[in-house]
Amino acid sequence: MSQKVLLNAKEVNIILHRLACQLIENHNTFENTVLVGIQPRGKYLAYRISKILEEKYKVKNLKIGYLDITFFRDDFRRGEKPLSANTTEINFIVENKKVVFIDDVLYTGRSIRAALTAIQSFGRPNEIELLTFIDRRFSRHLPIQPDYRGRQVDAINNEKVKVNWVENDGEDSVYLINN
Amino acid sequence: MSELSVNHLLGIKYLNLKDIELIFETADHFKEVINRPIKKVPSLRDITIANLFFENSTRTKLSFELAEKRLSADIINFSAGQSSVKKGETLIDTVNNILSMKVDMVVMRHPNPGAGVFLSRHVKASIVNAGDGAHEHPTQALLDSFSIRERLGGVGGKNIVIVGDILHSRVALSNIFALQMQGANVMVCGPKTLIPKHIDKLGVKVETNLRKALNWCDVANMLRVQNERMDVSYFPTSREYSQQFGIDKAFLNSLDKKIVIMHPGPINRGVEITSDVADSDQAIILDQVQNGVAIRMAVIYLLASKIKNE
Repeated sequence: MSQKVLLNAKEVNIILHRLACQLIENHNTFENTVLVGIQPRGKYLAYRISKILEEKYKVKNLKIGYLDITFFRDDFRRGEKPLSANTTEINFIVENKKVVFIDDVLYTGRSIRAALTAIQSFGRPNEIELLTFIDRRFSRHLPIQPDYRGRQVDAINNEKVKVNWVENDGEDSVYLINN
Repeated sequence: MSELSVNHLLGIKYLNLKDIELIFETADHFKEVINRPIKKVPSLRDITIANLFFENSTRTKLSFELAEKRLSADIINFSAGQSSVKKGETLIDTVNNILSMKVDMVVMRHPNPGAGVFLSRHVKASIVNAGDGAHEHPTQALLDSFSIRERLGGVGGKNIVIVGDILHSRVALSNIFALQMQGANVMVCGPKTLIPKHIDKLGVKVETNLRKALNWCDVANMLRVQNERMDVSYFPTSREYSQQFGIDKAFLNSLDKKIVIMHPGPINRGVEITSDVADSDQAIILDQVQNGVAIRMAVIYLLASKIKNE
């Protein structure tokens, strides 16, 4: 197994700020917008972006939730291991809201497909956008593309892109891991 | 995530502590799901479940059915009263006929102890025991422990008394196994005639004085008097039973501490507990019912994840 650094802490932070600015450009005061981090790893990214929006750009009353998609996935009973669930924390109804899904890596698009179904349990959103930190293009199984992307990465199938967050992994970084 | 150590849920005694913890963790997630505006998830859309009830049941059957529907499973229902069982068909034949319609899982209640175990040896499907005679009722015990955990923060080290008809109760036996596995101290209390001989061999305390029992416990699980299973008289009258082993509000208030009251239902109001006890804030009877759906969803989900996709 070998790994190389794709992005270091400084680069990760520059990208986070850019993504936050792009969100402001489209959502202005976030009055009718909710951010939804996709569990498990999208949670950290959603949290970091929300912190930048609140602290640097003084966005007030930002609504943020975390969505678990385990029970909506299409690979139940197809994998080696049983699927492990995470907590969903959505304390608002998304009816007529603009929803921004936030996830760290967009790969096959299947997680986002599941998230599109799962979010319907909380109402009918007006619009759904997708923000992803790493977009692994050329590896999609479904016609799903991000609206905001941090960095595009071309990786082959036996490679893995790992995004680390200081809150969980001790550092901000992105690695390309070759198995 | 780990998985269950068993392919069927036949009784608590076949589970280990890790299984119980896994079921509770999964049930926590499903409890959140069933409190959403839209309460359904599509996980089990390619699974078919047969609910075979060879004995009357209202809430267990409804609870299982709801759990299955919330998971998007296809279900077929069968009640012995309206079936070929009356024409003399054997259990294995009945079930194999149903399974040949490509059913993946069977939820069964049966009046004979061990019916689930017997079936699991002879048919190819996951079996969930929804009560077999006076033997076990595992999902009830799981939801009882889950409700205690929710109210008191945990089961280990707690004192729990099971009051009433221990002799005919599958709930009592499953509860004893489940509570002891989680490290609780268990006592049974009831008329001597309704306490099985040698029950102390299971490591439970036995008490015939209700006041002593309630002053000892943190939680009292009040079992229903099962008149339908009593072939002879075990106590003189319901009135005498309720005087000695029933709880009313005055009795509850006179205890040394505030205890939690549970009841697996259906309640004989005025016999095991009075209405004001059943409706008081110390009772968690309706929480038990809601938790029952979450627990059954967890059990079915975890067992279904072990069915091979062919």
